[in-house]
Amino acid sequence: MAEPIFFQKKIPSNTADGLVIQEELVSLMEQFEYSMRDVFAMRLSLEEAITNAIRHGNKFASDKVVSIECEISEFRMRVVVEDQGEGFEPESVPDPTSIEYIERPSGRGLMLMRAYLNRCEYSNGGRSLEMERHRNSDLPRVDDE
Amino acid sequence: MGKSDRRIDIEEFDGITVATLLEKKILDEANIEALGQELFALVDKDGRKKIILDFSIVEYLSSAALGKLVTMDKKAKTNGGKVVLCNIQKDILDVFRITQLHRVLVLCSDREDAVKKF
Repeated sequence: MAEPIFFQKKIPSNTADGLVIQEELVSLMEQFEYSMRDVFAMRLSLEEAITNAIRHGNKFASDKVVSIECEISEFRMRVVVEDQGEGFEPESVPDPTSIEYIERPSGRGLMLMRAYLNRCEYSNGGRSLEMERHRNSDLPRVDDE
Repeated sequence: MGKSDRRIDIEEFDGITVATLLEKKILDEANIEALGQELFALVDKDGRKKIILDFSIVEYLSSAALGKLVTMDKKAKTNGGKVVLCNIQKDILDVFRITQLHRVLVLCSDREDAVKKF
């Protein structure tokens, strides 16, 4: 199995660059032979995290960057996504499955990341998100009703 | 819009519109925005009432794409129409279940099952 890889990168606040880094990170997972299920979970989470940082964090500002830190081994993938925005309180995000919010078009990204990741923790006033997925994690747990 | 630029393929039979989503990954914002416009036009511009969305090609779907589906469903209901989703791959079905949208949107196994919903 390959040696663990660690790298840091800064990207401009646009979603095209967000997609490029997302592809790079997914390629690393494939290089480490993670399962399709792990790749699906991480790709979805990366999309949500990076888009949030660019859109809601940096608000597409050309003078702000999104920092990405990645650490991958045969056991887990850990990614930290940090923006330069005003921050937010994750606990203030309403439950998108509640009756008053279920038909709203937005607000489901955080819920999806929490469902698919073994670790999904904000710090630095909501500007920094630490994400971690373990190899062959049984997440998400979904009711088959 | 040229055919190659389209994000959905349209078929019609017996007053039912089947829109097959053509992108494997419905992830990036620009793509999702364009897809949303094409889907909304089926309801707003064309006035279609019975719409089946075929997801057989779709492998990835972000929360922003879910938002477009919710908005389209609301538009259709407001216009007295109905949207039914079918041929959804297991991973994508999980996304609908996690967000509880399987309780809001009509999800079916295949086209035959979807037709029965009208």
